[in-house]
Amino acid sequence: MTGLAISGWRIAMTRLAIVAIVLAAWEALAASGLLFRDVVPSLVAIVQALWRLLGNPDFYANLGITGAEIGMALLIGGFAGLAAGILLGANRFLSRAYEALVYYLGPTPKIIFFPVMIMWFGVGTGSKIAMGVVSCFFPIAISAASGMRQIDRVLIRVGRSFRASAWQMVSKIYLPAMRAPLVNGIRLGLGVAIIGTLLAETKLSNRGIGYLIIQAYSTFDMPRMYALLIVLFVLSIGANAIISRLGAAKSPRAA
Amino acid sequence: MSGITLAASRSAARVVGAVTVLAAVALVELAIRGGAINRFIVPLPSEILLAIPRIIVDENVLHRFWQTTQEILWASLLLAVVGIPLGLLLYRVRILRLACETWVAALAAAPIVLTYPLFLVIFGRSATTIVMIGFAAGVAPVILKTIEGLVSTRKVLTDVGRSFRLSPAQQFWKILLPAALPSVFVGMKLGLILAMINIVGIEFLINFGGLGQLINELAERYDLPGTYGAICFVVLTSIVFFDVTERLERWLRPIE
Repeated sequence: MTGLAISGWRIAMTRLAIVAIVLAAWEALAASGLLFRDVVPSLVAIVQALWRLLGNPDFYANLGITGAEIGMALLIGGFAGLAAGILLGANRFLSRAYEALVYYLGPTPKIIFFPVMIMWFGVGTGSKIAMGVVSCFFPIAISAASGMRQIDRVLIRVGRSFRASAWQMVSKIYLPAMRAPLVNGIRLGLGVAIIGTLLAETKLSNRGIGYLIIQAYSTFDMPRMYALLIVLFVLSIGANAIISRLGAAKSPRAA
Repeated sequence: MSGITLAASRSAARVVGAVTVLAAVALVELAIRGGAINRFIVPLPSEILLAIPRIIVDENVLHRFWQTTQEILWASLLLAVVGIPLGLLLYRVRILRLACETWVAALAAAPIVLTYPLFLVIFGRSATTIVMIGFAAGVAPVILKTIEGLVSTRKVLTDVGRSFRLSPAQQFWKILLPAALPSVFVGMKLGLILAMINIVGIEFLINFGGLGQLINELAERYDLPGTYGAICFVVLTSIVFFDVTERLERWLRPIE
């Protein structure tokens, strides 16, 4: 390496310095009274709220509900997206006929379907799961379709020459060969499923993390709201990182 | 396969796609008329179609469309004047980039739109809140793609600049920026699409502003054909928006 290389230690120190500056600026802003009181609460208040939140069994009950909704949404939307993606990726005619639909409906705001989902699935968890499904179906279907097209033709011919059944083709050839794009699709799908489910919870619900956030907002309990958002960000960034590790690990042809 | 048969099969596939959608709509219409689907949950597709002209006239859709467009334009302006310089800063100050790039990437994966109650507290229930959320949701890809474009400038180009003894400013305007533009445009496109999705979504959630609010209002009035019609209208609008940004990005991208 040349003299331009920057040691890990210096990077760590820079990070530490940035965090320290941001925290100090935050605390100064909180003390200055420039913004309405409590819009930027003191860090002490936020840490206290975080502590109370993490010690509260009620929080875990709501977290469990939201987690179950997201998991269910990912399960349903993931399988539907995977099936649609494999069909679209495997068959050129189907792809030309229907892929534009998936491609163009993908980047539309999904939350606007929420009134319809309430009518179809009720005001309870059903409509939240449906929002998650509608959100995560598209990225997973699009990634699976493009993953299918990237599969080495030789692998497919090997499968056919072994007279693999349709199910064997999917489980032994397609899925292992398209792991990386598929995992990426699931990662994107999880991200939008979290957003879809939680936004729906903030709009209309009586439990779940989204409900807790909007409740903290309506009672103007800002430290609690910050604490909830911090937990939510840590959990979703963490889940995202874990899934991308899964995609990166033991990928034989990545190099 | 010859070119003509290929084109024929391609357009045949498109026709099949369109016919499937129409057939599905017709099937729903029949199922509702036959009583298999409750018409108080799903209105007749023909009623939805008839409702669209009504909501366009009665609900002032053009004005709402303009409101949403303005919010998107403001957000895109912010994305350009804040996101691109931030990317530039991180490129220039290498230690900052090494320290922060993974943070920005993590931010791109974070559900930023869920902080909207926070924006409501700071900016009130106003267009500013909506614009700021659109900006916050779209800024990470703009920063990341700007850095990517600058970093991947071919060394031979910067060497040419150096051999002409360009000043740092000339080096930036004549070499780095043009070389990075394609990637910057990709970042702006991603940021814009994210901003649009979040702006319409927040309009719906906080019941304020343009097209998103229209859906919320019609749903609260329990105007079923109107709600479904407005959703179709907004979906179509966002598809057009998506298509236009994609074309714009392709058109702006210099030939490599």
